[in-house]
Formats: sequence, structure tokens, C-alpha cells
Amino acid sequence: MQAAKQKKKPSSFTLRDLREGDRADIKAIRGEGAFKRRLLEMGFMPGTTVLIKKYAPLRDPIELVIKGYHVSLRRKEAQQVLVRRASIQTPDNETDKKH
Amino acid sequence: MKPTRSIRIALAGNPNSGKTTLFNAITGARHHVGNWPGVTVEKKEGLTTFGDREITVVDLPGTYSLTAYSIEEIVARRFIVHEKPDVVVHVIDSSNLERNLFLTTQLLQLGSKVVLAMNMSDALRESGARIDLHKLGSLLGAPAVYTVGHKGGGIQDLLQTVVEVAEDEHPLVRKVRIPYGHEIESHLGPLTEKAEALELFEIPHPPRWVAIKALEKDQELVEEVGKSGQRGARFLEEIQETRDHLHSLYGEDPETVFTERLYGFVAGILKEVYTEPPLDRISRSDQIDSVLTHKILGLPVFFLMVWGVFQLTFAVGAAPMEWIDAFVTWLADFVALRMDEGLLESLVVDGVVSGVGSVLVFLPNIFILFMCISFLEDSGYMARAAFLTDRVMHLLGLHGKAFIPMLMGFGCNAPAIMATRTLESERDRILSILINPLMSCSARLPVYVLITGAFFAPEHAGTVIFSIYLLGLVLAIAMGRLFSKTILPGKAAPFVMELPPYRLPTARGLLIHTWDRGKIFLRKMGGVILVGSVAIWALSAFPRDTQFSRDYDAEISRLQAHALELEAGGGTPAESFQGRITDLEAAKEAERIERSYIGRIGKAMEPVFRPLEFDWRNAVALLTGFVAKEIVVSSLGVLYQVGPEAEEESEGLIQALRNSAMTPLVSYAFMAFVLIYTPCLGTIAVIRRETNSWKWTSFSVGYTVSLAWLVAFVIVRGGQLIGLG
Repeated sequence: MQAAKQKKKPSSFTLRDLREGDRADIKAIRGEGAFKRRLLEMGFMPGTTVLIKKYAPLRDPIELVIKGYHVSLRRKEAQQVLVRRASIQTPDNETDKKH
Repeated sequence: MKPTRSIRIALAGNPNSGKTTLFNAITGARHHVGNWPGVTVEKKEGLTTFGDREITVVDLPGTYSLTAYSIEEIVARRFIVHEKPDVVVHVIDSSNLERNLFLTTQLLQLGSKVVLAMNMSDALRESGARIDLHKLGSLLGAPAVYTVGHKGGGIQDLLQTVVEVAEDEHPLVRKVRIPYGHEIESHLGPLTEKAEALELFEIPHPPRWVAIKALEKDQELVEEVGKSGQRGARFLEEIQETRDHLHSLYGEDPETVFTERLYGFVAGILKEVYTEPPLDRISRSDQIDSVLTHKILGLPVFFLMVWGVFQLTFAVGAAPMEWIDAFVTWLADFVALRMDEGLLESLVVDGVVSGVGSVLVFLPNIFILFMCISFLEDSGYMARAAFLTDRVMHLLGLHGKAFIPMLMGFGCNAPAIMATRTLESERDRILSILINPLMSCSARLPVYVLITGAFFAPEHAGTVIFSIYLLGLVLAIAMGRLFSKTILPGKAAPFVMELPPYRLPTARGLLIHTWDRGKIFLRKMGGVILVGSVAIWALSAFPRDTQFSRDYDAEISRLQAHALELEAGGGTPAESFQGRITDLEAAKEAERIERSYIGRIGKAMEPVFRPLEFDWRNAVALLTGFVAKEIVVSSLGVLYQVGPEAEEESEGLIQALRNSAMTPLVSYAFMAFVLIYTPCLGTIAVIRRETNSWKWTSFSVGYTVSLAWLVAFVIVRGGQLIGLG
């Protein structure tokens, strides 16, 4: 069923490009190995909604809410998570291309 | 009743699921803390009884999963497969079911008999959410029980269920196969058969699990398959083909697809058993975090907390420290009075009592510090502290959680290094252990005060001492970066860190954690410190038959006789008599030390220190400083003939130092040396304990000593080049 998603060129809109209070749906996680695995196990699966809770005082890392719990990611790591802005915000895929 | 049957259970669960609290509630004080064999992951094992059963409880490391990516996960899964506990109790944070149940699926795949401890169920009830426990248990084939770890609630229920499951008497227990969907199953079937035929591992693993892990390219498994020759190679080929096939079919690698399937399975179960809370309220944790991780307030509040911890540790700890110090002094005097003067007396008093005493005084600090750290950890604040400081620590190639141990190093390196246990990755832990000694601990301050008092104007003293502390910080950053690029390659652990809800720690939990740590310090440190103290003592006590250049004893007794004579004749013995006798005694002791082994070593090492313009006295003082840094001051006192009671503010010693050949520049280099080289025997013992390796321990000593020499050299020679002396 996911096969259909592959045809489009992957956009580079990531978790890092979001602001506090934004919500987004996860599309994919870039890369492989331990980091990707860990994210998947902690619930960062395609289709899951993430809320950007807050940035740390020094702007890094970021606090997120996913599957009802709080977790933090460094900005560099957040960049590995491709997302689609959740529908509450401006409808989306078009705006992605600016990034 | 006498236990007749024994059952062994393992506690598994996510970090922050309240696993440790539940462990404490089950076993109480009847537990033992050690390391898992070969790694520095803490292992806790405890005992309890239930009816006539004796139950051994092993606390597995907290994990989110059971892959081969982290030591903790490998340790946990090896234990489950190799040691085959009768029951695996999965401790679940009831308010975070989805992610917690993900681990359950992995435990079931490993073929364990699982009991779910639905922990923190009080919070669940409060929120208004509901779980159909019976249905959950029957769907997973693993019975579930409510527990409230911090209040000890549900423990009897849990143990009852554990016993029934262990003895195959529980109706809900059955093998549940988690379905991966038609397509994947069609590959898993044949692969499972082939995996079984391979006969991997000495202790058989469930073949379906082997097939799944192989498809996920699990490192440990792939290596094991690689050992089984031709057939193994064919198996791996087939695995690769299947992986490629699945990848092209799903557009994702199999790991992602498999994880989705497990989460899908969990979601399906939750739909049937879980009723969500009526409304999403702002949680108490969010309210607390609106201050504690606030954009502007967050960092000041953090520093305030750290300051508080410091105050508690070192100000409140000062009183019991003095008592211990007084006790050690009293003990030394007591022993000295009761033993005949001589070698044995000197060994006991100067070697054992004083040496061990110099480290024992840190015990109150260690206990208080660990009480504080346990509080920060158990309450959930430690994760926030890491969140706040990660950016800074990342510069050193470290995780935010390394910040607190670094800061604690300014107080005392020994407990600070023990505090690195909070770091999850072994690489991060070793890196922080290596640079921690560069944080200038409080025992080094007396040396700085003495030297600056002797060589720098009072109005500059503060700046000079501050610059030494700063030098330590700069070197720590430089070394951190250097080590993470060379001997400890790899990135700082990914910062996928849970920020758990705040919880009020229980007094019982705090006391147990603190006692566990303190006990380690007392027991394990004893050996190394004792041996080291005695070694340094022996070097300075031997040889006994010193050939003095003058007959001090005769001169002293002549003076004493003369003084007595004057007194008997009605005249008052001039003060100078006593002064002269003291001077003679000091001169004798200085000469004795000079001719002892340690003095000879100091002299032999003079060439090494000549480029730094340190004389043999400095060399000897530095040698004795291996026991503890404050000893450098009293050693200088002896060597400069002021007497061993010299303190950092004693005029005599300051004067003597000024009269020596040392220049302010050289004295600064001396302070830098004291800053950088190995803090003390206690620290060495802790490093050995925490790295579990003599290699890293000797590396730590070796690199700090070399770095100390190098920096002192640069200061002296560089300073001279630009005309500073």
C-alpha cells in the first residue's frame, strides 16, 4: 500500500522546518541504522502526527509530543524526519516545495 | 514458612516506566548491585518470598526495544534467551500504552512467558482512561495486573500471577504469533524452517525470531549465521534477496515495515481494550515545564538548582566531613599512643589510617550528592537538564546528560565520575570519565591558595586562581573534542530522549539508590586506596637507616638539656630554644624524606622536571599528591622544613617558597600541573570501577600526567619567550 507514495520526488520538508505549536505528519525517516531504528521503535512511523512542543532555550534540541509522550531530538536529527504539515495549517504539499 | 520452590523472574521495561521503583517494592533491601559480565551496565538482583516460593528478581536494563543496537538491549535479550527466566515481567507505564506494548511484542517473539505489570495505574485512573485488563491479557496471551510501584500497590497480585504463570497454571497464557500479513508471512514460513535447520547459537533461539531478525539485518545474528559456513552463507543470500524483494514491494526497508506491523498489532489491541480519557487536559508536567524549560527562565532555574545541589553537598556535607576528619585524627593519635614507636606504628598511623582517612572524608559528600542526583533522576528533572544543556555539551562531542557530572567535578571528581552512570552510551560515559578530572575539584584549591599567596599579589590572587579553573575547562573541551575525533570515534548518542512526566520520588527509593552507590564507594574503593596509601607511605618511610649529614638527635638533646639546666638555675628558657628544637626536627625530617625512596625517586626524576624548572621537592610533592591533592601542601611543608602541619595559609611555608628558586611563572606552571594530573587515588579507583577496565584507568592516568607536563612546559618556556620571567 505504501508503494504508491514512492512515485513522487521526495520533498525535503522536515521536522526542523516547523515552528513551536506546529503539527505535522511523518512521511519518512531518512538514512538507516541505529538512529532510524530507534526513531521507528519510539513511534516515529509514517503517518504518525507530531506536535512541536518547544525549542530549548539555546534553540537546540527540540521537544516533541508523539503518541502521547514527550521526547526531544536535536535539530540535526529532526532534519532526518520528513514530514507533511498536518491539515490544520495551510494545506500543504504545495508550500513544501519552497523549502 | 520455609521456601520450597524457587522461581526466577526478569523485569523488563522502557526507561521511566517505574521499573526500578517496582523492583524496590518487590525486593526491598534484599538486593545486590553489580555489573553485567563484561560490560558496565548495572545489574540488580533481588530476592523475595511468596508463600512457599522463593522468587529471584533480576532487573534488566531499561530498553525501548530488543535490537542489537545498544549494549543494554543486547544484555536484556541475551539474558532472556540464555538464562531463560521462568517469567518475564514487563513493567508498563499505563499512561503510555502504545509505545510500551511495542516492547511486549518483542518479548513475546522471543518466546518468553510474559506477565504485564500495568504500573502507575493510579495516574491512569485519575486521568479517566480505562483498560480492559482481562481482554488485554487474553489477546496477548500474557496476563496483566495493575501495580502502583511507588506505593507498593498490587505487588501481591503480581506475584500471585507470576507464580501461576511460572507453574503453567494460568488460563490466559498461550503462545501468540504476531501476524506480519500475508506477503511477509509467505517468506517468513520457509525462512523460519531454514533458520531452524541452521542450528545457530549454543542455546537455541526461536527460529521465527531468527528469521525476523535476519531480515532486519540484526548485527549479532548476522555474525552468528556467518559462523555456520556454507549453509549460513546461502541463508544470508536468501535473506538479502527477500529484503530486496520486500523493499521494492513496500518502498521501505524491511525494518520500517516490520516496525509498522508490530505497532499496527498494538494499535489493533488498544482499539479493543483501551478507552481514552474524556478530555485532553493540560497535564501537571506541562505546567511545571512551562517554568523549568522556559525560554528565559529555564537556564537560570537550572543553575539555581545546581547551586543548591552544590550547597547541600559541600556546605551541609562540611560538618560530617569535619567529624570524620576529627575521628581519623583521633584514631591516629589513639593508635600512636598505644603502639610502640616504630615501623609498624608508622605503617598503621601514617599509612593506613591517614591514607584511607584522606579519602574517607569524602563519604558525606558522596552520600549527599547521590541523594540529590537520585532525586533529580527519579523526579524526571535530569532529562530536562540534559534538554537545557545539550547544545553546550554537544560541542565536546557529548550528550546533555553529561553536564551534571562535569559540573559535580568541581566539587569532587570521585562521585562525579560515578554520576556518569546516568549516561546511556558507553562511549559517552568513557569520554566524560576521561575529561572529568580536568574539572578542578575542591581538594586542589588549598594548593592554589598556597602558591598564589606566595607568588602573587593579594589583589591578583582571585584572577590567578580563576584562570586555573578556566584552564581546566578549556582543556576539557579541547580533550573532549580530540578524544571524540581519535580514540573514541563516533557521534554523541542520538538525542532521542524521552522527557518523562514529573513524579515525586519516594524517600524509600532515594535511600536505596543512595545507599547502593555509597556502598560501592566504601567497599570497592577500599582496596585500591589502601594499597596506594601504603605504597606511598612505604616509599617515604624507607630506608630506615638514614645517614644524616648532621647528628640532629644529639643536637636536639643537647639543646633540651641546656634548656633544662637554665630552667633549674631559675632562668627562663628562652623561647628560641623551643624554636631551635622545632627547626632542627623539621630539618631532620626534611633530610630523612630527601634520603627516603620517594626523595630519591624525586631526585632521579629531576631531569624530567628540569625543563619545567621544578626542583626535586616539587617532584616529591607531586608524587605524594597521587594519594590526594591536599597532601601536596603538607608535603611541601615537610620538604621546605616547616613541618607536616603546614597549611595553605601558613606564613612559614609561604616565606620558604618565596625564598626558593621558584619564580611566579614556574609557580603558575606548578599549579597548572596540579590541576591537570590525576586527582587522587580515590578517583583512580572510581575510574577503574566505572570503566571496568585497567586499560582506560591507566590511559586516564597516563594522559593526564603527560598533558600536565606538556602544559607546564608550554607555560614556562612560552612565558620566558615573551619575557614573563
